[in-house]
Amino acid sequence: MRTRNKNIISNIDWILVFFYIALCFIGWLNIYAASSPDENVEILNFSTKYGKQLIFFGLSIPLILMVMFLESKFYEQFSSVFYVLSMLTLIGLFLFGKTIKGATSWYAIGGFTLQPSEFAKAATALAIARLITDKQFDFKKRKYQIQAFLVIFVPVILITLQPDPGSALVYFSFFFVFYREGLPSYYISVGIGAILLFIATLVFGYIALLAFIFVVFASLSIYLYSKKQRVFKRNMFSIIGTYIIISLYVLSISFIFNNVFKQRHRDRFNIVLNKETDNSGKGYNQQQAAISIASGGLLGKGFLNGDRTQGKFVPEQDTDFIFVTIGEEWGFVGSALVVLLFSLFILRIIYVAERQKSPFSRIYGYSIASIFFFHFVINIGMVLKLLPTIGIPLPFFSYGGSSLWAFAILLFIFVRLDANRTLDW
Amino acid sequence: MKRQVLLISFVILATLAFIGRLFYLQMTDNNYQLSPLSNSAVKVVQEIPERGYIYDRNNKLLVANQPSYNIKVIPRDVKSLDTLEFCSLLRIDKERFIKNMERAKRYSMRSSSVFLPQVSKEDYAALQEKMHKYEGFFIQKNTLREYPINSAANVLGYLSEVNQETIEEKPYYQLGDNIGLTGVERYYENELRGKKGVKRIQRNKHNKEIGPYKGGIYDTLAIPGKDLTLTLDIDLQKYGEQLMQNKRGGIIAIEPKTGEILALVSTPTYNPNLMIGRERSKNSPKLYGDKENKPMFDRALQATYAPGSPFKIVNGLIGLQEGVITPQTGFTCYHGFRYGGRAQEFMKCHCGIVGYPIRLEKGIAKSCNSYFSNTYKRIIENYPTAQEGMNAWSKHVQSFGLGNYLGYDLSVGQKGLVPNAAFYNKYYPLKNWKAVTTISNAIGQGEILTTPIQLANLTAIVANRGYYYTPHILKKINNRAIENPNFVEKKYTTVDAVHFDPVIQGMLETFETGTARASKIQGIEICGKTGTVENFIRVDGKKVSLEDHSILVAFAPKDNPKIAIAVYVENGGFGSNIAAPITSLMIEKYLTGEVKRSWMEERMYNTSLEEEYKKKIITEVEDEK
Repeated sequence: MRTRNKNIISNIDWILVFFYIALCFIGWLNIYAASSPDENVEILNFSTKYGKQLIFFGLSIPLILMVMFLESKFYEQFSSVFYVLSMLTLIGLFLFGKTIKGATSWYAIGGFTLQPSEFAKAATALAIARLITDKQFDFKKRKYQIQAFLVIFVPVILITLQPDPGSALVYFSFFFVFYREGLPSYYISVGIGAILLFIATLVFGYIALLAFIFVVFASLSIYLYSKKQRVFKRNMFSIIGTYIIISLYVLSISFIFNNVFKQRHRDRFNIVLNKETDNSGKGYNQQQAAISIASGGLLGKGFLNGDRTQGKFVPEQDTDFIFVTIGEEWGFVGSALVVLLFSLFILRIIYVAERQKSPFSRIYGYSIASIFFFHFVINIGMVLKLLPTIGIPLPFFSYGGSSLWAFAILLFIFVRLDANRTLDW
Repeated sequence: MKRQVLLISFVILATLAFIGRLFYLQMTDNNYQLSPLSNSAVKVVQEIPERGYIYDRNNKLLVANQPSYNIKVIPRDVKSLDTLEFCSLLRIDKERFIKNMERAKRYSMRSSSVFLPQVSKEDYAALQEKMHKYEGFFIQKNTLREYPINSAANVLGYLSEVNQETIEEKPYYQLGDNIGLTGVERYYENELRGKKGVKRIQRNKHNKEIGPYKGGIYDTLAIPGKDLTLTLDIDLQKYGEQLMQNKRGGIIAIEPKTGEILALVSTPTYNPNLMIGRERSKNSPKLYGDKENKPMFDRALQATYAPGSPFKIVNGLIGLQEGVITPQTGFTCYHGFRYGGRAQEFMKCHCGIVGYPIRLEKGIAKSCNSYFSNTYKRIIENYPTAQEGMNAWSKHVQSFGLGNYLGYDLSVGQKGLVPNAAFYNKYYPLKNWKAVTTISNAIGQGEILTTPIQLANLTAIVANRGYYYTPHILKKINNRAIENPNFVEKKYTTVDAVHFDPVIQGMLETFETGTARASKIQGIEICGKTGTVENFIRVDGKKVSLEDHSILVAFAPKDNPKIAIAVYVENGGFGSNIAAPITSLMIEKYLTGEVKRSWMEERMYNTSLEEEYKKKIITEVEDEK
């Protein structure tokens, strides 16, 4: 036992731990900047957001120690239990949940609130790792594909119903894992193609796009017919079929966007696509965010000197829009460094995942790399007005106990699994 | 190995995209860069200039300013305070305090906005001593309107605090600013308000003000508002309002040779002082909510009525112009208008002249329906088809400024209606209508609708023998006569000047021997035309006739006219009963400066139609049942 513990400690990937501490520290400094009142109150004022965040961080240390003390095997063997429990907590929200800002995503315990969808990510990652590790599992077979999809669609549906579509969206990051583990690549091609068509429909309008698709398919058909008649005859039906399916898809996007989406959803897309400029109403957050970041310049205005941050120009600046603070107070140098820090952190997880001997550890590691990547892209993309407004936190930066703890658990389960990599288990 | 590359390349791509975007936002010139002027380390102080005064044509002060005090707040600087005491000082309740505080916070934490607008002088005195106790709050001096004469509220209009919509639409305005909402205050807002000045003051890190920003190069001086002189004669206006008390309707008096509006009375009216400052929020719902008297509805400009008999003047003139009648043409009246050999009269007539032909002058003086029905029929039938005849007639009528906005400088109005062939084709899709189908137009009772100001303008046209200046209310800006071409250029009708004299002679007869002879003034030749307009409401699906509207149009003196006037009294009975005496008194007042016939004056003051209006309400209420 003794030697084993010693081994674990020496096997911990301290680079990941360093990333964790660095991100949490920089994150907290910026919450302090974004939520401090004008008078200088002592740092440990627990009624303020930065005070609370400090407590959350303090409480995450015993949580991490507990995660580290459990056996690696335990995570593998109990993964389905975690998953089921986690799904039950999501279902329980419909009965006991607390509604904040329109979404019933919270349990209220005393003065604190917990958001189970944050923790469900770790459980789902474990369940996916366990499922794919199964000896019979084969991503080439339809049956196993469906099983894997089901594991992520259950939380997606439960979370969408809260409704918290932003958090649900994160679960699609598992497709990176599926692809890595052998999911046929046409799924990814179709997925990326669907996204591109979606954007193209919104940008160019469905009439122009349908015309364009028609021209492409018509010229393709004419080319094949004149040059390679045999190929054309063999594939005629699939070409026509593909054409019809793509055209119907484009039509349905247009229909869904205009008839199923609510106006506020449409607004979010239109603002990013510069089709609408309403900078005082719907586009206010993103506009103010962009202005605040732009005002940072090369080196920023300095810690606590961001007059727009201090002036609270951007709503939600301590949670989803925390990156604004970095942009304004630390400038291009600071914010580019934070972006780099994040991407290096994710690349490090991928690197560590790839060095695992145990497939379970590898898949789990790859899962959390994908999850962190999604949060990183969606959150910063939104703040920089590259993506529509989707409210999900920036890991370790955004204010909030649930996400801070959930991301710590997510990461340290992997650190624990990795520490075991050289041991025979 | 290939498969590991996907996520890695996505991570790298996203990183590059973000750094590129950050570079664009922070290192290049772009739309998101704020100008140094919006730097929050610079305090922007607005200097609101004094709003222009308003005078009447004889330089009597109509609208002035009085000081008022806005309580402003910088939410960030507010320290804990005795809310209860503060509220009682400002005479507001706690909810209002919380609501206003939240509004100010939403506007900005660090820049000032109005917490409570327009505190009275008395409250200000009490507040001033204690203001230092409430950090974050301060008093900004502002001005309120003041109306020394309780009159012409409908013309002058009132100010109101700008709302959020206006602020978004017109960035000149900020929370707490005033804007003209109706009347002259609205129409001449830009002239009256002047231009705000801006002072920019540099602040240091501790929010201390350390002097003008960049030596004041960005500062602008406030430009005071311009004073306006109106064409209104306030004595005449006030007199008209008095004559019209307890009656609903409008009086418009115009100086024919300039188009200047001398009086624009709409009753019931209200005291303009009710719409000042904080009083306004209390009184506005009451005034706008009064659905019976509608004091905020300008009857002189917005009410459309059938013009009635005064419209016969127009038909007479068109008949002469078209050559279908001459002043000597005679029609015989058989207590009404008949055609096609019918035994029954088609339209009754009360002119009382039976058995011998009536000529134009008499037709006007006695308001003979038959005469003008025949004239109208001839005008329409002067053309190959009724359609063409109707369109020719319609074009003539429109040249009298009817059927469209006159283009005056007041903020409300109505087009009225002058029908043309297309209009009737809609009602008679077979296009089988004829002159007699539309014969009511002959006596101003058909489809045609006019506003009182259009009738007054019509009268001015007759007084001018064929042209008019667009009626207007503004005479001078900062004591310089206006040069607006719309108001200083003659507009001609399609009827030649020579045709007006016989008509004017007839109008003179109206006051000498005709329907308005009781309202004649010794020594002044008044030319006019009385009218009554039938009006109906529906009760239980049946048309019920109400007391007729009483109308009179007139100008005086006959040669070199100084005043043209239209009086409209709702449910006032025969034109000669109420409208004629009021017209006559107005003319006497304006031309001689005093009224000698005090008995007539008394009678008008004491004539109340409230009973009649109550009846109408009762029938309307029953109707609803």
